[in-house]
Formats: sequence, structure tokens, C-alpha cells
Amino acid sequence: MIKVLYFAGLREALGTAAEEVSPPLDLLDVGALRAHLAARGGDWEKLLTTKNLRFAVNQDMARADTPVHDGDEVAFFPPVTGG
Amino acid sequence: MNDQQLLRYSRHILLDPIGIEGQERFLAARALVIGAGGLGSPAALYLAAAGVGTLALADGDTVDLTNLQRQILHTEASVGRPKAESGRDALQRLNPETRVEVIARRLEGADLEAEVAKADVVLDCCDNFATRHAVNRACVKLGKPLVSGAAVRFDGQISVFDTRQPGAPCYHCLFPEGEDVEEVRCATMGVFAPLTGIIGTLQAAEALKLLAGCGQTLGGRLLLLDALTMEWRTVRLQKDPGCPVCGSR
Repeated sequence: MIKVLYFAGLREALGTAAEEVSPPLDLLDVGALRAHLAARGGDWEKLLTTKNLRFAVNQDMARADTPVHDGDEVAFFPPVTGG
Repeated sequence: MNDQQLLRYSRHILLDPIGIEGQERFLAARALVIGAGGLGSPAALYLAAAGVGTLALADGDTVDLTNLQRQILHTEASVGRPKAESGRDALQRLNPETRVEVIARRLEGADLEAEVAKADVVLDCCDNFATRHAVNRACVKLGKPLVSGAAVRFDGQISVFDTRQPGAPCYHCLFPEGEDVEEVRCATMGVFAPLTGIIGTLQAAEALKLLAGCGQTLGGRLLLLDALTMEWRTVRLQKDPGCPVCGSR
């Protein structure tokens, strides 16, 4: 299982802060995980359309091609402004 | 320090990582606080209380009734006044020894660079991405440590970008400019009052640590706060070697 965390506007839109995802066997990296989740449709497509969305794998800043393994924690977070 | 100051700041002086030396650094320091709103209010109040010698407080807005729910520098009597002026009055009441310079305009261009150049530490407490990137560029160019905070709804983010440290990322490495990020404004989305207090207070703590040279700052780490669950997450950041702002440094 992969633990997936959503922050800020994304958490708000999806109505969830965290979930456990059972990834398909061919899931290799963050980009594939994002596409897998976005395929749920509706607000989940925001994973693909949110501008400047950032990822972290096991609390390290990651890129779309960063590998993801069973047991990893993946966080999706957009920038926040407002002061 | 005179006897009055030794007494006033004694609880800092008692702390080994700060001590007399650190307190003297605070008294001699100049901090630039950009934004006198939800984040800038607690940040500036703590910096003034802690004895920071000069606070440059920059904000081009005036106080609005809707600000008072969280912007604790301002009162009902300040509604309609420039935030930087209203803020100066509050800071002066708290600590008359702190010199407050009012910058009642939005800092940009050469004006921004001139203010950053004079500062020992810069606190980004603003509410828009364009200013965040401009402040970051000026801090990288002039080699000034930047304490960057953001808060909207129940979501907070804070980090330190200190490109004087080798390999340190800048704000642009984290959130590149030009991806047309949609602004989420407090005016439309709302903001939880104490969230701005939490993040702004952390900004003051990081600024003081940078000035005293003590502890480990949030350099290279981004903290994400979900105030609804009160869960913090840390993300370790990396410098982007291809960053157009700091990549060649």
C-alpha cells in the first residue's frame, strides 16, 4: 500500500487529507500514481490540472519520475500564498 | 546594553544559545517585514518585543474592518489608515526602543532591492505570488536570508531560503514562477485567525535564530500545516541546479 497525502486546496477539493492506495502492479513513479488517481475523474483530475503542484516521497521533494514503492508515503501539495 | 535593557531582555540572555551576544545582535539588527497583515502582525510584534533594533514595515494597503479578525497589529481606530503606520504605532507601544520605519507602499523593483540590501533578515508575509518571487529574487541577488510564510484557509507553509549556505534552495526552486498559479485569496477563501498567528510567530522565531546564529533554521525544509487536523509535515527541499534565480550561485 502507498500512503497518499493531500494538502491545501487539493485536500479541500478532494475532501480527504490522506488515504491508502493499493497501486496497480505496473505503477512505477509519482507521475504514474498521479495519473492513476486522476483517472477517478471529477475533482481528482485536479491532480493533473493544479498549477505548480509539488510532490514529496517519504518527505523528500520529488519529481514525476521519482520511483514509488510499496510502503512509501507520497504527498501532493500546491503552493499557498496569503498573508 | 544598559541596566534597563539587561533586565528587559533577561529571559533571552538566560538562554545559552542567545545570551548577551545574541541579544546584542537583535538590538543591532534590521529586519524587513513585507506585509503588515495576518502574518506580519505577529511576526513584527515578536521581533519588536524581542528587541530587534530596527523594523522596516512595508505594506501598501490600508486597514479594513475584515482585517481585524486576525491582523492583531491593527484596531478599529486604525480602519482606513495605512497598515504600515497603524503597525508602527502598535509596535512602538509594545517596545519604544525599536525603531520602526514605515514603508507605506508596495515594494517593487529598485525600491525593493534597496530595502532588502539594508536588511539583515527579510520576512515575506505578503499575500501574492508576484511579490513572493520578487522578494526571493532580491534576497538571492543580495545574499539575504529569507523567512517565507504563507497562510490561507486552514493551510500554512513556512520555510527559510538562505542562499548564503552552499547548496541551499531558493523559493523559485520550490515553486517555479510562470506556471500561472491561481491565487487563493483570504478575501474569497477565508482564513482561520490563529493560523496566521502560528505561521507568523514561527517566522519571528526563524528570523531571531538567523540573527543570533543559533540552532538549525528551516533552511532546506518546508513545513506544511493542516490546522484542521493540526498535523505538520516536513518536506526536505533540494536546490534546482537549473533554477534561473539561484542556479548559477
